[in-house]
Amino acid sequence: MKPFTFTLRQEPPQRVDLSALTPDRLAGKSLAEIEKIEIGATRASTKVGDVFQLAEGDLKNVRYEGGSARFDLVGAKLLPEFSIHVEGDVGLQVGRLAKGGKITISGSAGAYAASGNEGAHIEIKGNVGEMLAAPLAGELAGMSGGRVVVRGKAGARAGDRLRRGILIIEGDAGDDLGSRLIAGTIVALGATSGRVGYLNKRGSLVLAKRPEIGSTYVDCGAHAFTFARLFSRALKADSEAAAAVLSGKLQRYGGDTAVYGKGEILTPV
Amino acid sequence: MQGIVRNGVRIDDSFAEAFPMAATGLIVTAPTRKWANQAAATATGYATSVIGCDCEAGVDVELSEEETPDGRPGVRMLFFAFSTKGAEKALVNRVGQCILTCPGTALYSAFDGDVKVKVGDSMRQFGDKWQMSKAIDGRRFWRVPVMDGEFLVESQVGVIKKTVGGGNLLVMGADWESTMRATEAGVEAIKDVRDAIMPFPGGIVRSGSKVGSQYKGMSASTNDAYCPTLKGVTKTALEPDIGCTLEIVIDGLSDDVVREAMRAGLKAIIDLGPEKGAKRVGAGNYGGKLGPFHYHLKDLLP
Repeated sequence: MKPFTFTLRQEPPQRVDLSALTPDRLAGKSLAEIEKIEIGATRASTKVGDVFQLAEGDLKNVRYEGGSARFDLVGAKLLPEFSIHVEGDVGLQVGRLAKGGKITISGSAGAYAASGNEGAHIEIKGNVGEMLAAPLAGELAGMSGGRVVVRGKAGARAGDRLRRGILIIEGDAGDDLGSRLIAGTIVALGATSGRVGYLNKRGSLVLAKRPEIGSTYVDCGAHAFTFARLFSRALKADSEAAAAVLSGKLQRYGGDTAVYGKGEILTPV
Repeated sequence: MQGIVRNGVRIDDSFAEAFPMAATGLIVTAPTRKWANQAAATATGYATSVIGCDCEAGVDVELSEEETPDGRPGVRMLFFAFSTKGAEKALVNRVGQCILTCPGTALYSAFDGDVKVKVGDSMRQFGDKWQMSKAIDGRRFWRVPVMDGEFLVESQVGVIKKTVGGGNLLVMGADWESTMRATEAGVEAIKDVRDAIMPFPGGIVRSGSKVGSQYKGMSASTNDAYCPTLKGVTKTALEPDIGCTLEIVIDGLSDDVVREAMRAGLKAIIDLGPEKGAKRVGAGNYGGKLGPFHYHLKDLLP
């Protein structure tokens, strides 16, 4: 069955909050009712019908034909078994607090992508803004499960306060990748800069290109890690290159010893 | 008693009586085939019968590099106990003493099962706060630092509550050599059946037991009706041409698996014929009142 499709009529006149347009929240609504849903972020009214042309379909899969950097909160709180595909760009907080399911973005995403993700598989073919998978101000932890794959570049502080789950960044990562990591795994294939793994507690940073590593990380030697082999197999479907990095011997730098210090930076020998 | 003959082998009109058990499965991997097999052999040792061991265990199948979670040679082992609690206790002891200690190994749950029991979660403290947890695809693992690197162990493993223990075949022949030949053929055939193990040495037990004893307080004793040296002096079940009895005991993850295993074993024994192998095949039961699973030999014939 065809997916339920929202086709972009025109660039929305203001930022729009698309968190209401996830499959479970659309269930049981008629097209006319959906068209009347208010999605504007200001006092000026913007309704679904103003921005999108709707085509009914299987509500398990929602598809956006055409995207915009003004699309905020796409797939927020998405539930398992559902999927959302955006043919184009999205704005802030795509997949925010998603419980599960699958989100694919053919374009780029804004800041706070996958913020607080709890279990969704999110793939972004373009670039992402800063604070990938990070918590919003005031929250204690960032992403707590699931998997995020970014084919392009990531902005500064990707993986901030990551608690669980896996981030794969195939392009370059901005400053301070994996800052304040609590746990979880980040695989970065491109260049990294700034204080990589700053204040990392128990997380694993796997870096294909060895950066200048901070003095609070301590060399633990090169080893063949069984868990890396396991991860290599499990990540192969998402990223061949990430799997390749994990399949060989890895130099382990333990840290960040400025804090709890049970985390690590792993780089190919 | 007799009537059915296949390829010259007499088949008793009898049935095997089996019992419900709880089972868990583990996959152990290592850098080389040798060490994967060594780990499995050690972890499934001293686990022939729940009468005297903490569980019944055995190797289900060797796994190739492609079949294991980490791409190294592996072995799938099954453990059967009377209860989920019993299985958990046995696993923690066995993994702690036999897998954690074995060079190069990693340990994974073989199936999801009905409930989970803690294995890695009970072992992680060995890491003395240096252990690290890694979660992927809904499964959680512990990386415990050890002297040859890291011991990777899954935090919890699945237990299937309704499994079957005690499927069996009694193989009877003229002498030890021919009976062993037939029994070994049966064991080899049953090895190919997935999800079933034969917990006794080499899959074979020679000391089948009956319920009760002449001694007070002994619940089981030698099955004198099948002891060839007592043929004359006891109420024997053996004909004059039988000089040896060996038994294959099978534990399986389901009723169907045990049935399939018994069928495969029976076929191999019958195919060998009475000259080289067994003259008669029977099955052990306790009158049918103790165990809920009954496997009638006549239903399993090829």
